[in-house]
Amino acid sequence: MRATTDLDGLGLDQGGHLLIARALARLRPGDELTVTGRHPELRVHLAAWCREHGHRLHDGDSWCDGAAGSDSDGQPVIVKGATEERRWALAERAGAANGPPEARADPRWGLAARGALVEAGGPPIGAQWSERDHVWADIAPRLYAAAAASQWDPATAVDWAASSATTLPDDIERAVVQVMTYLVENEQAALIIPARLLSQLHPHFREVMQLLASQAADEARHIEVFTRRAMLTGGQLGTSSAGGRASLQSLLTEPDFTTAGFLLSVLGEGTFLDLLRFLHTHAPDPVTADVVRLALRDEARHVAFGVAHTAHTVRADPSYLGTLRQAVERRHATLLDTAGLNAEVFDALVLLAAGSWEPAAIGRGWQAVHELQRQMDEGRRRRLAVIGFPDDEAAELSALHTRNFM
Amino acid sequence: MSGLLLGAVAYDPKVVTIWDGFRAWLRGEGLDFDYILYSNYERQVEDLVAGRIGVAWNSPLAWVRAHRLASAAGVTLTPVTMRDTDCDLRSVVVVRADSPAQSPRDLRGRVVATGAVDSPQATLIPLSLLRAAGLHPAAEAAAVTGAAAGAGADPGAEVRVRRFDIGVGLHGDHIGGERDAARALFAIDAADRVDAACMIDANLLLFTREGTLPSGAVRVLAQTPPYDHCTMTAGPGASESDAARFGQLLLGMDYADPALRPLLDLEGLKQWQPPRLSGYAQLERAVDESGFYDAKGEIGAGDYRP
Repeated sequence: MRATTDLDGLGLDQGGHLLIARALARLRPGDELTVTGRHPELRVHLAAWCREHGHRLHDGDSWCDGAAGSDSDGQPVIVKGATEERRWALAERAGAANGPPEARADPRWGLAARGALVEAGGPPIGAQWSERDHVWADIAPRLYAAAAASQWDPATAVDWAASSATTLPDDIERAVVQVMTYLVENEQAALIIPARLLSQLHPHFREVMQLLASQAADEARHIEVFTRRAMLTGGQLGTSSAGGRASLQSLLTEPDFTTAGFLLSVLGEGTFLDLLRFLHTHAPDPVTADVVRLALRDEARHVAFGVAHTAHTVRADPSYLGTLRQAVERRHATLLDTAGLNAEVFDALVLLAAGSWEPAAIGRGWQAVHELQRQMDEGRRRRLAVIGFPDDEAAELSALHTRNFM
Repeated sequence: MSGLLLGAVAYDPKVVTIWDGFRAWLRGEGLDFDYILYSNYERQVEDLVAGRIGVAWNSPLAWVRAHRLASAAGVTLTPVTMRDTDCDLRSVVVVRADSPAQSPRDLRGRVVATGAVDSPQATLIPLSLLRAAGLHPAAEAAAVTGAAAGAGADPGAEVRVRRFDIGVGLHGDHIGGERDAARALFAIDAADRVDAACMIDANLLLFTREGTLPSGAVRVLAQTPPYDHCTMTAGPGASESDAARFGQLLLGMDYADPALRPLLDLEGLKQWQPPRLSGYAQLERAVDESGFYDAKGEIGAGDYRP
């Protein structure tokens, strides 16, 4: 096959090679392409470019194989080489861009986009999580879309100038600050875990990667708004208990993707949904109400993915329920000797629900916190049942959940 | 130690990557192979002819010298392979687009920039082209003092050569001298500016693409006929069977192989091909004209110190 391309006045130092490459792409190795053009250095350029790209140039005396000539009009002729075909000979598609991810992501696909044609070679990616059933949930693309659509700006989403926060009674303000201090350390754990899982996830599971990234970004905002609320009146932050930190830190060391997500999102953040609702109900000022409302909206997505993914894994491998059970029991045993929830946090919750130091109010606050714990337990049991645990086992496991809530 | 020992010149750190990779692949194919690196081609060639290495990855100038040394010593050298990119190169003499020069002869009395003293493509061969046009290029200092290389020549045909000696001993493998010669075409200070610059065709394209030379601001005044570049040469230190097996394995390297492709790209080829010796006549002539080596391969260029 023969073809012709005209470069007009363009040299190969000005992009002319793009026209040649485009014309050559339609030919097979051995086919000829006549090149016409007016650039004074065209033949010099062509000789150098063809040599570099594995083509032969038919231009008077410059035949590498000893033949000679050009076309009948004296125009240079490129004989297409096989370099491009050889380069892509062993290439393969990294799954389908629009389709669901493959059951197993090949490490050799590396950082290639899902659906890309991947040239063979290059370093394999050292991702630990490359099996779809270990990371996936069908709801992940929709949850990511929802997350992307729901991003909010801490600077404007909260009315920081709302004056009532600065006029709260000191004790109530201290209770708010203590709760915020506690929330920040929880959110720091909740940021680190998806970030850590993300770093070991094969990027073929694009939507999960995006979702975990948005989850980490959510937690970054939560840390910001909780910190800002705690500092709103200019006082010191509250306390951080050793037991609370021990409980949180036990989440960081969980090596398994599904188990880590289960402990964090299903049990921990699931429990937090009730806590944040409670805080919204009893918030003594609009800023506190705003920050917990915004966080609650984000956390609901995190919980939805955690539940959906864990259920997906259990459907693929029902015996995985045993692994999850062991993880809960192991964490319970680890935390058996710790104090659990910071007593000052518990007391702060009571005071916030009470609204004053009146004995009757404190009594109501105490009851409200106990009602909160009952709701937390009920929520955990419901989510465990969705994942596949029988009701009795769900109740048993819920009872083993950390007293620190997260 | 047994096996085949190759010498290569370390003109760039990538040479280690290339030959480490090739060594692993060749050993995987059952060839007992190793390599050593030289800081310049002269010592590599001497070791090839003396049998201290089995094969040498030779520049074209190294081939010319090896051939002469071997003939003088009664030693046989065997060409093994060359790269597809070693065939049919041309050097060009470039001037500014608005230069009044229309032919090489118009460069008489002018300053021509070249690469390093031992660069076949940016010094030796293009200067030979100027000689063929009736000019007598001489190093700038010599021209100024009147001690021209072409004794008795028409002084009016003198061309002053400004050499950019970067990477001397690497036979032009280092691009720095060539790039500096190109830059000198547009030097801001008139004293630094040259009237023409010599380079290989591929570097003309590279320099205009990368912006070293403004696109459209230069013109090719003259170009050489095509010539050949590097060649793999086996000497008395290689057994016939090792040299043959080595050549077969190189020829069999497939660009489709993902383990080899990055190495071939680094080495600047798509495919090894059988050697040919017909492409070195211009360089032989240039070497003789300039006295760079004598007929026995001894270094004649007095200002050449690799």
